[in-house]
Amino acid sequence: MATFDFLLQGLWVAAQPMNLLYALIGVTLGTAVGVLPGIGPALTVALLLPVTYQLDPAGSLIMFAGIYYGGMYGGSTTSILLNTPGESASIVTALEGNKMARAGRGGPALATAAIGSFVAGLIATLGLAFIAPYIVKLALVFGPREYFALMVLAFVTVSSAFGDSTLRGLTALFVGLALSVVGIDQLTGQARLSFGVPELLDGIEVTTLAVAMFAIGETLFIAAQGAKGPDKVEAVRGSIWMSKLDWARSWKPWLRGTFIGFPIGAMPAGGAEIGTFLSYAAEKRLTKHPEEFGNGAIEGVAGPEAANNASAAGTLVPLLTLGLPTTATAAIMLAGFQQYGLQPGPLLFATNPQLVWGLIASLLIANFMLLVLNLPLIGLWVKLLTIPKPWLYAGILLFATLGTIGANPSVYELGMLLAFGLLGYAMRVFGYPIAPVVVGLILGPLAEQQLRRALAISQGDVSVLFTSPIAAVLLVVAAAALIIPLILRARGRGEVLSQLAANED
Amino acid sequence: MKHFFLASILAGAMALPAYAADYTIIAPANPGGGWDQTARSLQTVLQQEGISGNVQVQNVPGAGGTIGLAQFASQQKGNPNALIVGGYVMVGAILTNKSPVTLKDVTPIARLTGEFEAIVVPAASEIKTMADLVAALKKDPGAVSWAGGSAGGTDHIAVGLIAKAAGVDPTKINYIAYSGGGEALAAILGSQVTAGISGYGEFEAQVKAGTLRLIAVSSGERLAGIDAPTLKESGLDVVVENWRMVAAAPGLTDEQKAAVSADVEKLAKSAGWQEVLKTKGWQDSYLSGDAFAAQLDKDVSATEGVLKDIGLVK
Repeated sequence: MATFDFLLQGLWVAAQPMNLLYALIGVTLGTAVGVLPGIGPALTVALLLPVTYQLDPAGSLIMFAGIYYGGMYGGSTTSILLNTPGESASIVTALEGNKMARAGRGGPALATAAIGSFVAGLIATLGLAFIAPYIVKLALVFGPREYFALMVLAFVTVSSAFGDSTLRGLTALFVGLALSVVGIDQLTGQARLSFGVPELLDGIEVTTLAVAMFAIGETLFIAAQGAKGPDKVEAVRGSIWMSKLDWARSWKPWLRGTFIGFPIGAMPAGGAEIGTFLSYAAEKRLTKHPEEFGNGAIEGVAGPEAANNASAAGTLVPLLTLGLPTTATAAIMLAGFQQYGLQPGPLLFATNPQLVWGLIASLLIANFMLLVLNLPLIGLWVKLLTIPKPWLYAGILLFATLGTIGANPSVYELGMLLAFGLLGYAMRVFGYPIAPVVVGLILGPLAEQQLRRALAISQGDVSVLFTSPIAAVLLVVAAAALIIPLILRARGRGEVLSQLAANED
Repeated sequence: MKHFFLASILAGAMALPAYAADYTIIAPANPGGGWDQTARSLQTVLQQEGISGNVQVQNVPGAGGTIGLAQFASQQKGNPNALIVGGYVMVGAILTNKSPVTLKDVTPIARLTGEFEAIVVPAASEIKTMADLVAALKKDPGAVSWAGGSAGGTDHIAVGLIAKAAGVDPTKINYIAYSGGGEALAAILGSQVTAGISGYGEFEAQVKAGTLRLIAVSSGERLAGIDAPTLKESGLDVVVENWRMVAAAPGLTDEQKAAVSADVEKLAKSAGWQEVLKTKGWQDSYLSGDAFAAQLDKDVSATEGVLKDIGLVK
């Protein structure tokens, strides 16, 4: 087992005290920058990459892995505590995580996110090491029509998972879809709905919309209630650690999230968000505590957080085996690898085994350091919630604005942040769910482009959409997910279903 | 608690532009892309070689670089310490987006790097040569699907030029635009499309591993170390180079422009920059002064012509 030797060797190098220190510094820096809303892992890595150039190759690779995982994790902390998703992959985390935090269960929420990320990262990194070549073959089978079928499935499962009223959920989803057509059409290069404003040509930034809807909308909502706001935030209730019950309810979502997130992350057009949506929908359907969904169900944090981290490792599959950077973060990592003389591609595992296994060992170590850094800090993080409300929300406004401006210094971006904040406020007042808007913005362009690509390749023949076996299976599953609840309802079991669909934000 | 805020503020400060820099380079794209990588390489080498003490990179993404360009032209006017990275893609984007700010509104300093286009097919494809591909294109242009980068970009323009040179109506080409090289490459490897077109660097590893067949490159002469004919050898009079350049702010005095040009020349000739070109696989296409200005004019009018032919610019 030469591969195993390389891995052990890599681990041994990475476990040197100096290298452990680099890993810790990397994770700390990554988390610190990653917590800023609007600054996702891509920008975090881009900003901090030059720091690693000063070290020897082993040290810099390790610090780099730390920054990457730290940046990924930083986003979930603010999602849970402040309802301010740092990046699109942690939007779903905010749904249940923030409810938990407000009920005094921020500690367990952060813990299940951290441990879930660790578990998922561990399994997915091992998956990367041993089954990457097979996964990548599967991913290549996915052409435009298969992606389109996957998007249809995602739409069906996701729209039924959010909110208690299908009509309201769909309305919110269509608001998101409408926003998603703004900007240059990818396939023809023509501008749509940009009204001559150049800043709109690239469409609406997902993180801007998410930060505005969640953070700004929430702040306005709280401010509008004034002093009589009913939801008194309790910083800590019970232990800040996970109870036995929390563990029992978390471990399955961690595993399910990992197995949903990893293959989707490995697909060239997958993306981390879709894994988190599907994981959330799956957990909501499988839970034994449906009444808690929307009010802080730990499964709703554990699953998506695991999916998010697993897909981060999944992204490395096409990157290392094909040299395909499928996300912005991966593109920056590619630039980083080149710095170490690592040329990702199909020959990498054969020509450069030491570096590859060194990197995988570094990822494992970074993952471990993330846990070491974050678990003890949970006590400190949850104290954030004890800040008096006016200060806390003023702080959220400040960081939301700072993050957005930092990522994209433009007056229009700030204007959009405020406008969508008002939209988020209005939707809250009238009881419309927020998450489907963001989901629509993310999935809309993907579905549209893949459909049009499939039809362009077939020169307009619609039947191609159903004739691939994978696409057909996905579409049948989607149809079943849509029709079965209708049949159940028709047979008088609608009460059970409406109970299942607990209300949420 | 205190540490959190301190760390966040520190991090925030890093994300915002710093004003105490010798040079501020605008990368008019998101982190990770070609322009961003060029800007960050410039930053590293300028500091390494002691040409500039402090260099900041700022990303202003959007619309093929035209947002960054517009912001640069208006905000940095007369500032000799501001640079912007750009390239051939910007020429097309200015035309398709009808950008009010063009390359005439900044001070182009020098072309730095270049990359030629490569045309590939999956290894299992029946198409063996460029002649086969041209024959298929002539038979039914719609049946040949091309995967490449964004609509109106270098790849799209190259396909338009190839069709035109082959005597095929350029408006009939079936070009499937993908954002970023990764997705396009996956579509070609998965045999979802007939052929793929992009910078050679995107395909290099696959070509070497034998999973893609390289059937032509878009350079004027054969490239060293690359075993493929040029388009010209295949009977198509097409040469396309996706170049990247650096420009300074508008409204500089001649002395200021000369100083920036001297710094850029020092950079282009430095060992550090040559090393960067080698590791990134970029061609050295350094061209400055009037020669560059003339080439730029030529590129702009040629691009305008082909975009009209494809039907992207009316």
